Amino acid sequence: MVLATRTRTGRTARTHGRPQARPPSVARLFWRSTLGKKTVMAASGLIMLAYLTAHVMGNLKVFFGPEEFNAYGHWLREMGAPVLHREWGLWLVRILLLAAVAAHAVSACQLSRRDIRARPTAYAHKRPRASYATRTMRWGGFILGLFIVWHLLDLTTLTVNENAQPGRPYENVVATFSTWYGNVIYITAMLALGLHIRHGFHSAAQTLGVGGAARDRALRAAADLLALALTAGFIAVPVAVLTGVVS
Amino acid sequence: MKLTVRVWRQRDAEAPGAMAAYQIDGISEDMSFLEMLDTLNEHLILSGEDPVAFDHDCREGICGACSLVINGDAHGPERTTACQLHMRSFADGDTVDVEPWRAAAFPVVKDLVVDRSAFDRIIQAGGYVTAPTGSAPEAHAAAVPKEAADHAFEHAECIGCGACVAACPNGSAMLFTSAKVNHLAALPQGAPERERRVLDMVATMDAEGFGGCTLTGECATACPKGIPLPSITAMNREWLRALRGPRR
Ligand code: HEM
Ligand code: SF4
Ligand code: FES
Repeated sequence: MVLATRTRTGRTARTHGRPQARPPSVARLFWRSTLGKKTVMAASGLIMLAYLTAHVMGNLKVFFGPEEFNAYGHWLREMGAPVLHREWGLWLVRILLLAAVAAHAVSACQLSRRDIRARPTAYAHKRPRASYATRTMRWGGFILGLFIVWHLLDLTTLTVNENAQPGRPYENVVATFSTWYGNVIYITAMLALGLHIRHGFHSAAQTLGVGGAARDRALRAAADLLALALTAGFIAVPVAVLTGVVS
Repeated sequence: MKLTVRVWRQRDAEAPGAMAAYQIDGISEDMSFLEMLDTLNEHLILSGEDPVAFDHDCREGICGACSLVINGDAHGPERTTACQLHMRSFADGDTVDVEPWRAAAFPVVKDLVVDRSAFDRIIQAGGYVTAPTGSAPEAHAAAVPKEAADHAFEHAECIGCGACVAACPNGSAMLFTSAKVNHLAALPQGAPERERRVLDMVATMDAEGFGGCTLTGECATACPKGIPLPSITAMNREWLRALRGPRR
């Protein structure tokens, strides 16, 4: 004999939480969900990563002398010409990056607070290893946030760069790395950046659902390579000034 | 064997609770960890003390009831459930710390017992198929490719113990939720509600106060059933796909 099981619609199961007159929009669903916020983090992180890849290549031009480096600095202002007015291209990039940094930082703070609240009591028997990557991401992210502010004040607005001259980026870079604190700040931040990218790139692949058992090793290798190349590329400049290769 | 067992004692959900140390002798290495606790409780009862409350049912590693963090590891040092862990994993004279699962979504009820009904509500949100199946259908009525069947079975092995949440520094239920999502997404029976299921289960998981995944991998290391970490990636993919796809 067939025993009929009562069919329940998905609706009865969905009444958990607040009853809703209208289903929430995809955008709201996205921003409210931990998975959506992680997706925002991954996407904004990848935007910043793409920018950093271009940035490091630009920086390496200091090795070809002041003319080439300063010409590159001027080109950044002409970017997109003649379609775009002078500096419009640069400002578009700046706005996109600012949005990425803001979205990334806001999501990071909200997710981290949520994660800490979800585990209010620590175990009496300690195992510090467990949260190493997470703690590195949080502290590393915080250091990078401070660094971004310092970096803009140092080489964009020239506020904190004592010997800076507007329109002379090569000379300003040399000025920055002629101070001990300039070297300490940049090198520390770039080591933090390497660690952040190493875990972040791998995480982003997972968040966006592109990882998988088969691709995991390749993704890890790509994350290591990216982290190493960017960190080494950025640190090469202060090291070159310190050793007198660039002056 | 002679052991010092330090156990989390907490009278009820509101009481503060603390670790209490007990000396226990005459433990055989063939005893399971729960039998060791039974022995401890016999002594406690005989000396007029309140026995240690802990969850257990099948004692053969299939029900998911036992839930002990032993020396900081969910289910202890071996990849198995606490009921299938044997005292031979410890040495004479050891001090063993026993604590309940720790997560905001799993409040302590008493001693080592926590309330895991948040998992039930995640399952109620979509971890089933609504098709009226009646009695067991004819096995060949719905053809399932071997790979899909294996993939579904690997994830159906989850026993809902909650070790993944207990091990995660963020108290995240991603591995548990992904096990059910992957299990049903792999099968034709799960296809009609595929999008709704992942959206509702993830929304309930969030509403219950579990944390997010930061890819520490602690959950998959602790899982007694070997639910793999990439299952979380697969659930993220399912969730993003469901947002784009038809929303029923
Ligand atoms: C404003 C400075 C920054 C802060 C405060 C910050 C913070 C964080 C935190 C806390 C996480 C872990 C998120 C979680 O808990 O799940 C994270 C992930 C990530 N970060 Fe950053 N970060 C910053 C800058 C950067 C930069 C400059 C990059 C560019 C390479 C970047 C790329 C990433 C990526 C790709 C992830 C992984 C996203 C995911 O988990 O899917 N971050 N960040
Ligand atoms: S995924 Fe593993 S650890 Fe988590 S509830 Fe299922 S069986 Fe337990
Ligand atoms: S008591 Fe059933 S799994 Fe341990």
